[in-house]
Amino acid sequence: MRIELTVNGAKHVLDIEARTTLLDCLRDHLGLKGAHAGCEHGVCGACTVLCDGAAVRSCLMFAPQAEGSTITTIEGVTPAPGELSPVQDAFCETHGMQCGYCTPAMILTAHALLAGNPDPTRDEIVEAISGNICRCTGYAQIVEAISLAAERMRGTNTPGGPRP
Amino acid sequence: MSAQHFRFVASDRRVREDRRFVAGKGNFVADVVLPGTLHVALVTCPHAAARIKSIDKRAALKMPGVRYVIDGAELAAGTDVLMAGLDTPNVPRRPLAFEVARYSGEWVAAVAAETRAQAEDAAEAVEVGYEPLPFVLDAEKAMEKNAPLVHEKHGSNVLLDRAFVWGTVEEDFAASPRKLSLRVKWARSSTVPIETFGVVARWDPGGDILDVWASIQMPRYAEQIASALKIPSSSVRVHYDVDVGGSYGVKRGIKHSVLVGYLARRLGAPVRLIEDRLENMRGGDAHGPERLFDVEVAFDNDGTVRSMKMQALENLGAYAGRSPFQLGKPVGSIVGPYKIKSVQYRAIAVVTNKTTQDAVRGFGQGPTNLALERAMDEIANTLGLDPLEVRRRNLIRAHEFPYLIPSGTTYDSGDYETVIGKVLADTDYNALIKERDRLRAEGKLAGIGIAACLEPSGGNATFEALLNPKITTSTFMDSCRINVDGNGTVTATMHTTSSGQGHETLVGTVIGEVLGIHPDAIRVTRPDSLNSLPSGTPVGSRMAIMLGGAAFHAAQKLMDKLTAIGAHDLGIPRERAVYEKGDVYDRHKPADRRSWAELVGIAHRNIHRMPASMEPGLATSHIYSVPTGGALPAADGRVQMYPCFSFEFHLLLLTIDPDLGTPRILRYRVGHDCGTQINPKIVRGMTMGGIAHGIGAALYEEFAYNDEGQLIAQSFMDYLLPSSHEVPAIKLIEHETPSPHTVFGQKGSGESGYLGAPAAVANAVNDALRPLGISINTLPLKATKLGDLIAAARAKSATTA
Repeated sequence: MRIELTVNGAKHVLDIEARTTLLDCLRDHLGLKGAHAGCEHGVCGACTVLCDGAAVRSCLMFAPQAEGSTITTIEGVTPAPGELSPVQDAFCETHGMQCGYCTPAMILTAHALLAGNPDPTRDEIVEAISGNICRCTGYAQIVEAISLAAERMRGTNTPGGPRP
Repeated sequence: MSAQHFRFVASDRRVREDRRFVAGKGNFVADVVLPGTLHVALVTCPHAAARIKSIDKRAALKMPGVRYVIDGAELAAGTDVLMAGLDTPNVPRRPLAFEVARYSGEWVAAVAAETRAQAEDAAEAVEVGYEPLPFVLDAEKAMEKNAPLVHEKHGSNVLLDRAFVWGTVEEDFAASPRKLSLRVKWARSSTVPIETFGVVARWDPGGDILDVWASIQMPRYAEQIASALKIPSSSVRVHYDVDVGGSYGVKRGIKHSVLVGYLARRLGAPVRLIEDRLENMRGGDAHGPERLFDVEVAFDNDGTVRSMKMQALENLGAYAGRSPFQLGKPVGSIVGPYKIKSVQYRAIAVVTNKTTQDAVRGFGQGPTNLALERAMDEIANTLGLDPLEVRRRNLIRAHEFPYLIPSGTTYDSGDYETVIGKVLADTDYNALIKERDRLRAEGKLAGIGIAACLEPSGGNATFEALLNPKITTSTFMDSCRINVDGNGTVTATMHTTSSGQGHETLVGTVIGEVLGIHPDAIRVTRPDSLNSLPSGTPVGSRMAIMLGGAAFHAAQKLMDKLTAIGAHDLGIPRERAVYEKGDVYDRHKPADRRSWAELVGIAHRNIHRMPASMEPGLATSHIYSVPTGGALPAADGRVQMYPCFSFEFHLLLLTIDPDLGTPRILRYRVGHDCGTQINPKIVRGMTMGGIAHGIGAALYEEFAYNDEGQLIAQSFMDYLLPSSHEVPAIKLIEHETPSPHTVFGQKGSGESGYLGAPAAVANAVNDALRPLGISINTLPLKATKLGDLIAAARAKSATTA
């Protein structure tokens, strides 16, 4: 079937099988490899993308269901080739990852959290990422990364505050 | 080099790999897409054991996009059996079941189609006729006389039964006033990475080359593929620049790779198999140890442990590759951090009709530590002593290193009392006990958990020869190559994949340290297996020691060469030349010097200015062998297993909901000593992640089977991985006791946390249950199980009251 998707600000017209998941569509049809398959049954969160700003599992959604929504993937939060968003940079600063497989999804979840809550508590961060399983880190450096990103992002709007 | 002189080592620098991962630019195996690729889906056996009577492929072959259906008979005729660790020729392992399938989920046939969806659709249309066979699931039952045989030709289900005695065990038992025995069970769990295993292969018939991209972490991978496919190893090119999405030991898909390699050659097209989660958990052959311990300890009234008898019975599942060796590695630290002077150890491995195992983080050390640390707690409990005090009385003291343990390994270094002291300086132990008792007074179940454990590191392979005397492997090397190009930039190569350990950062940091140039200016690449020097791959907590050691020595050789070129060009004796941050100068006249650019120019373009008989160019390499390695086990099994021993001390407070049985960790402290930390961010992550993983093994994770032999935990709905809610905030307290055997004093940390957390959590749960007069030594300590136990204990005390 023919669908029209808006991904990272660009419109794409695609001819796909109706049963194609949004995850497979992003990876196989649009070449956006930053979204990863982990369990394909909606538990691990490695496939998380933003749908109208909310963190959703792209393995549990058919691509046609995303018509009319705005999809953002990890490729869409990177400001320019070689540059990093404040959240991406904070993950590097604290080493909030090891193998990197759950990382794009974790960063998108953090973006969704910080868009609505610029000053989250530790508990709020823990709650926000509880749908994203990381097998490497034990989450400590991820929580620190999100907290650091929040601090820096708040600071950027303050005269004399830290730059990201 | 002493610590205060480090410039880059041990500094809190970023991890260079992270930049590609945060941008979504990791190069994972599923991201490798070749034109014309065929996709594989698997037909699996629904029975715990069955004879394969017929396979009808006709309907599947007619379906859209389907190119081929292969069964076990064709593959068995075209390939050799997979490599086994033990000398068990009648227990052959193949990628697809041949004649008999031996566990539910075992692969029976495979479909190759133009899309994965088409392959999955067609796999359902392959009709297999089965004759169900008797089966056995339990390790002890598998040892009984009339047990169904998993491999009939082997004549028994026992693949390994070795007993060792080190020291005067019987005399020490006879002389000890106190003894106790306990049974501890480590449940079948695994590391379960978020990325499943995947492999892509392409055969080039013109060049006779099989290109392989895989999510792999395994020694001798290319060689094993070549042997099974009966082609030269030089015809297998494994691409090491694939990022592995987590492994912690288990990413060893040799059967997947042989199947896909065979199909790629047979079909003349690139073929890929990316497991889905069900395939990964059921038929991916990536389960971890399922081990039953019978432990006896003999001790004095003050808690001093004199001797230990340990029997470990391993339920291997249906086939065995290297998994039985996981009973061998713990021999190298069988007494943990304690001065137990004699040990009897019996290791038994049996096959059953469960999924095949592979190596899991720690290679058997986590289960062994659990058994030993549970015993230490029970000794304290029996004597009415504090469990911390009992451990302290038995600890090896700092001045006693190097320390020889009964099983023949000498521990390199350590200062266990100081590490514990640092943790207790941070957390007042008496206050923690008061807090526990206050919680108990409020009607809660509360417990303190302690574990003091070792992490053997450096990855020697002598456990192979220990358990299979036909194997004479005594070393396990790693390598690094450095080239300085004509513009003077440095490129180093490493020769294996990584699965999150930050090896590129390691290599850059070490070479930068030795050469005195900034690590960020050093390019680190991973060539393919045909352009690589030997590597033992990241197993056994070895890469900081082994790859770090190789990079160090390769850099030293480069520095020596630059110094010799500089000395020659300055016209001074070699001994007078000093290398410093890329320049070489005359010790007597420091103004007389050659810069990095000049030295590079000489080596690349002014060869007439080189010392006579020196090779032009600036390329060096080093192949490093395991420090203290090189000897085979003695006849009684005594062996120097690993070179270095990291230490960890866990202390936690936990409550259990008395009605629901839900455990909740309130506080968690860990003291950790892995010598010099080359990159502290990486070490911290390893330890924190290891603890989370250990909490999972202790409380949540189990590949549970029902009585029909069906795996009932085969999705993440049933196999519970700890989320951010289950992992508490953990405080990590570091200490550094350098190893005398390594180039910077570093030890391993890849398995840290995981080796002690399950024991500490199990001890905390038992401490919480103790007031009810109950104890539990079978992992996982699931809420449902605890809830039932607590309810039964209360009902019992209500009736007796």
